[in-house]
Amino acid sequence: MSTIIKVLGPGCPKCKTTFHNVEEALKQLGIEATLEKVEDIEEMMKYNVLTTPVLIINDAIKIKGRIAQVEEIKALLK
Amino acid sequence: MFDWLQHFSDWLIYSVFQIGASTRLGIALNFFVYDVVKILILLFVIVFLMGIINAYLPIEKLRDYLHRKKLYGLEYLFASTFGAITPFCSCSSVPLFIGFVQGGIPLGVTFAFLITSPLVNEVAIALFIGMFGLKATLIYAVSGILLGTIGGWLLGKLKLDHLLSDWVKKILANKLQQFEYEEEKLTFRQRLPEITRGAWDIVKGVVIYVVIGIGIGAAMHGYVPENFFNQYLGGGQWWTVPLAVLVAVPMYANAAGIVPVIQVFVAKGVPLGTAIAFMMATVGLSIPEATLLKKVMTMKLIAIYFGVVTFFIILSGYIFNLIL
Repeated sequence: MSTIIKVLGPGCPKCKTTFHNVEEALKQLGIEATLEKVEDIEEMMKYNVLTTPVLIINDAIKIKGRIAQVEEIKALLK
Repeated sequence: MFDWLQHFSDWLIYSVFQIGASTRLGIALNFFVYDVVKILILLFVIVFLMGIINAYLPIEKLRDYLHRKKLYGLEYLFASTFGAITPFCSCSSVPLFIGFVQGGIPLGVTFAFLITSPLVNEVAIALFIGMFGLKATLIYAVSGILLGTIGGWLLGKLKLDHLLSDWVKKILANKLQQFEYEEEKLTFRQRLPEITRGAWDIVKGVVIYVVIGIGIGAAMHGYVPENFFNQYLGGGQWWTVPLAVLVAVPMYANAAGIVPVIQVFVAKGVPLGTAIAFMMATVGLSIPEATLLKKVMTMKLIAIYFGVVTFFIILSGYIFNLIL
């Protein structure tokens, strides 16, 4: 099963950085994964989050309310 | 506390660059170097302290607390205070709003949080300490929190739930009764790098506004004559406060950029109360924020919300001018 990664955030700079960091982490690890950007508030609220950006890996909230660093994401994906 | 920095600025401008201490350029440059370095240091310290508080008081915990405890009216004050101590990011305001009402927090209490969150924020506090001193900062922070408390309470009394967007009402209809959050179990030592990095990121993000704001301030400081504004804005005419606030409401400016400019206004004769009201309106309300809130509120509700907050900011402007 391939990994599904979602980045939740209404398009603020922090959310974009997080998304970019995920791309970078995937590239460095050479992993194929489905990467999705969730910008719709209604969709976002299904995850019951209060602060953005949020990093979700396989439907589990991993990091929320702050930028996820490349190294952190790599550690989470291993 | 910052004597050493003044010595450094004097030395840098007057000795190293050889710009005379009595020239306008010399005064402006000295002011610029001193202020930029001082503000950046204060900013880092304040943001870092807030980071520590937030590591131990995450927003989920605050919501849970507001939800569980019967606070007999004090919940407005609590929500407003929480709004002041949580770091504000405009892009989080909508998820926060939904998350609060979804968690069963009354609309008025949610508003109390929403009003104070941008109004009193760590960046503005750091700049206020640096530019106006502790007393003015305390007045600003306390009145901001009271404003959120009273504003939220009033908005709650107005029973505005029917003015929320339809999909938000649907969420309200089936509130979550239970929400669990996992507290990260980390020691202080483990959290420290993350808090430091967070503080550093915030400082990096606003450094450009600080430089521009202080740059404009420094230019004005050196070139605008003393008491210049006194002729127009300082005479205590009743309309100066509402005018300053109404001009500021649609504007969006980062607190980091606006406070240094305001400081010069004050130095040149604008009453401090008018200046604080102006700043509150700039950071507390803005067109971009209204656009974001359109997702969750009808235009009518946004108008009422803005109207109430604007009214209270004007009111506090008058009160500041009376007591300061």
